[in-house]
Amino acid sequence: MPHFAIVAVSILFDGLAYAMFLFITSVGLSVTMGLMGFVNLAHGAFAMAGGYVVVSLTRSYGVGFVPSLIFASVIIGLISVRLERRLYRRLYKSTDLEQVLLTIGLVFIAIATATYFYGPIPKSVPLPDWLEGDVNLGFRAFPSYRAFLIAIGVGLIAVLWYAFERTNIGAKIRAAVDNRRMAESVGINVDRLFTLTFAVGSGLAALGGGLAIQLFGLTPSFAVLYLVLFLIVVAVGGLGSLKGTLLAALVIGIIDTGGKYAFPVAGNLFIYAITAIVLLYKPTGFFGRE
Amino acid sequence: MLDARERGANYLVRRHYFCWPEALPWLIAIACFFVFPNRMTFGGQVLIMIMFALSLDLILGYAGIVTLGHAAFFGVGAYTVALASLRLGWSEPISGIVVGGIVAGLAGAVVGWFILRYRGLTLLMLTIAFAAMLQESGNLRSDITGGYDGLPGLVFDPLLGTFQYDLYGHTNYWYVLTVLAVIFYFVRRIVYSPFGQALTGIRENVRRMHAIGSPVHRRLVTVYAISAAIAGVAGALFTQTNAYVTLAVFDFDNSAKVMVMLILGGAGRLYGPFLGAAVYMILEDYFSKLSPTFWQLGIGLLLVLAVLFARRGLLGLAEDARSLLAGSERGSFASRRLVWKRDYWNALGSSAFDGAVIGFLAGFAVNLKEADLMTSYVTGMPGRAIIFTIGGAAIGAMINAVALLIASRTAVEEPPS
Repeated sequence: MPHFAIVAVSILFDGLAYAMFLFITSVGLSVTMGLMGFVNLAHGAFAMAGGYVVVSLTRSYGVGFVPSLIFASVIIGLISVRLERRLYRRLYKSTDLEQVLLTIGLVFIAIATATYFYGPIPKSVPLPDWLEGDVNLGFRAFPSYRAFLIAIGVGLIAVLWYAFERTNIGAKIRAAVDNRRMAESVGINVDRLFTLTFAVGSGLAALGGGLAIQLFGLTPSFAVLYLVLFLIVVAVGGLGSLKGTLLAALVIGIIDTGGKYAFPVAGNLFIYAITAIVLLYKPTGFFGRE
Repeated sequence: MLDARERGANYLVRRHYFCWPEALPWLIAIACFFVFPNRMTFGGQVLIMIMFALSLDLILGYAGIVTLGHAAFFGVGAYTVALASLRLGWSEPISGIVVGGIVAGLAGAVVGWFILRYRGLTLLMLTIAFAAMLQESGNLRSDITGGYDGLPGLVFDPLLGTFQYDLYGHTNYWYVLTVLAVIFYFVRRIVYSPFGQALTGIRENVRRMHAIGSPVHRRLVTVYAISAAIAGVAGALFTQTNAYVTLAVFDFDNSAKVMVMLILGGAGRLYGPFLGAAVYMILEDYFSKLSPTFWQLGIGLLLVLAVLFARRGLLGLAEDARSLLAGSERGSFASRRLVWKRDYWNALGSSAFDGAVIGFLAGFAVNLKEADLMTSYVTGMPGRAIIFTIGGAAIGAMINAVALLIASRTAVEEPPS
């Protein structure tokens, strides 16, 4: 195979893995923002918390990697419900500014707590054997962890698509995103729907956080470092749109991977440039409503 | 009887009058010089942050533009002065800050023209993206900007050609204080001008402003440029007083920090930035020496509490306290009282539950800390988890009991419907 094609395939593959991470983590944020218009900057903190739960479980309690991932997303999902009931609920009718401040406060608290318990040094997780090494796809060997990540991402996309487009709850969510007052007046309990999507979204964020450890290492600043990325995916994709979030995650994941390969010094410049261009051209994102 | 127009005009003119309490912050600033002569380097930094917060107040507090990228303009001002001095040999300080302000103001006008059509999350993301793009571009040309290592050892001419910079920052303190006074006068004029009233109108109801024919976009871009220029002046002063600048000035943290300062003091008020920046800087100076982690936790709690209980900042809280003492039930304290006994028990139970969850998680996480104090008391996970869970529940219930006690004595904020 010519050199160029090999590079292109690797970039596509790594970009796809990165995009899946972005999608898994951001999709919950997109739906909750679309439903309630709540600017939740603490979403990255849920991802970080999920990552640390996985670290604790695998390192201190010897639980396997995959069961830890599941446990982490369940427990973070449950905790997020309490937070939503206790704090977020008070601010649904407040201004963006107050929501931003409350959730930034939560991020600071989360970072400080994580630093206290786990220290500022990056943590890693022990992986099972079948995730180490490479997997051969016939023409080229790819790191199996990234293949695993892509597989999970594709599986989740299928499940979410089915839940969103083919189930009763999915139809209710779409209705509420479309027109909240109308949905309420036909008898949909939007508050309860929101609690549910918030829990699922935070659980998925925790899953994303757990999956990210192997890719980037986990430090307490994860909550802020990747938060801007999640917000970008959500804003570029369009609030409350599954399709949009997926498309934005793919565009940003692949272009960023390619950009970093071609111009390593440029850092995240590409991501921000894409964001600015897309939002200036289409302020509600790819699939957002006017 | 005056007609509405005259009454409105009279009101605006009266608000513009100087009143004596306004001299207080300035007197305190001058007094600080004589009380803490050897902390003046820090004092200068506080004044710079006040100026930065004041610039944010203009757009966030008065015009209602929520931005998390204001550090961009602080950084532009800071780098303009640094690069002018280092690459062009232009080291005269006062013309330096003027140029820094103008460059930042132009940047603000250009960026603002693009992004101020949007509101909400889109605007927030665009402000973050522009600040981050500037930082990344700076890093891309680190041969010019010095990258994250920064440009150390900048030299500036003596102030007005006569006053040398001293080790204790005395000259700098007076220099920054004077610039702050000039800028404050300017901002005060803007806020009380018809232009300032139009901004408040845009903040309160943008549709109505459109409807009465106010050129909303032009007004917003203008105030954004002015605010950017002031932030640029603050950044320029920052470079001059530190003789050092790095790309860290563009950090997201820096934008978030200045916003916290403003909110803490009270946004949409002229003296909010003064109180907020001073309190924040002093607390940070004290606590981050003690433990940076602890400080971060504290600032997080402060923010959450401020949003829940003191949405109008410290100054708003002071006003509420005054009106409470005067017997009139206005502001945060005036609202419905807790009526149902059952509410108490529900609240207590739910706090105990939350405490238990937090305690359980803490017990769970503590296992990872080596040589932890608790390990010597209880070994193994189950025992520790139980103790932490019960302890957490007790603490949660206790905090709630105290809160309820206070609430039943005074009145509480209206519960969300």
